[in-house]
Amino acid sequence: MLLFNQLQTYLYLALILFAIGLYGVLARRNLIAVLISVELILNAASLNFMAFNRFLAPHPAVGQVITLFIMAVAAAEAAIALSIIVAVYRKLKSVNVEEATELRG
Amino acid sequence: MNLLSSVLSPQTVATAAFIMVVTLTVVGALIAVAARNIFHNVLGLAASLLGVSGLFLYLNSPFVALMEILIYVGAICIAICFAIMLSEPLHLPRPPRNKIKILGAMAGAGAVFVFLGLLLKKTTWVPAVERSTDWSVTTIGHYLLTNYALIFELVSLLLLVAMLGAIVTARGGRSKP
Repeated sequence: MLLFNQLQTYLYLALILFAIGLYGVLARRNLIAVLISVELILNAASLNFMAFNRFLAPHPAVGQVITLFIMAVAAAEAAIALSIIVAVYRKLKSVNVEEATELRG
Repeated sequence: MNLLSSVLSPQTVATAAFIMVVTLTVVGALIAVAARNIFHNVLGLAASLLGVSGLFLYLNSPFVALMEILIYVGAICIAICFAIMLSEPLHLPRPPRNKIKILGAMAGAGAVFVFLGLLLKKTTWVPAVERSTDWSVTTIGHYLLTNYALIFELVSLLLLVAMLGAIVTARGGRSKP
């Protein structure tokens, strides 16, 4: 059995990507770095969809369609997040998460 | 000669290329979260996404692999570069890292990793009884315009709204020179 013909390989890889992305979201303080980590998490999700699509699904085109939708939503999310980051920088002169506390009571 | 042909067999070459792609993905992801310089983070993200698109090639989907490069590496990484240029200058001193926060994040991410890993180990995956072998781009197009037409239209609406929202959000606060 070849390494790249097993479902488990891809699932473990997606798990590693997800864990790295989750660590980045929790640990980083730069807003842009948090966005980069979110992109890694979304990629782990697409990788899972594609792996199930390749090895288990009855119709192998459906997973590809769903991965395309994930990419489109990720692009929209990145555009909105980056514009918010630029707006936050204009207002606070910083992109540090810990300094954006204006809504704190 | 026999040894050479066994080393250069298609399986060996494919496995070696697969390991390279996996290394690119994981190392890129590590650079994307661990490097101090935000620009190195973006470069690591681009490397990781290139690796993921290579994995998609191994999963029989060249079209999705190309779209991954086009959308993620080509569009999102460039957009992040622009956001970096429009925000904090890179030469400013960065605040020191908070040890407790990093340890907490490692513990949290590690706990999720171990839990999902054990779950993965325990599960047996059963393939569908009857599997179609139709991987072509034509079929994807048919699905997009028949079964998933509503989602397709909704995604286009979402992209339009996101574009307008990004323009409105990023414009505010800009004063005339």
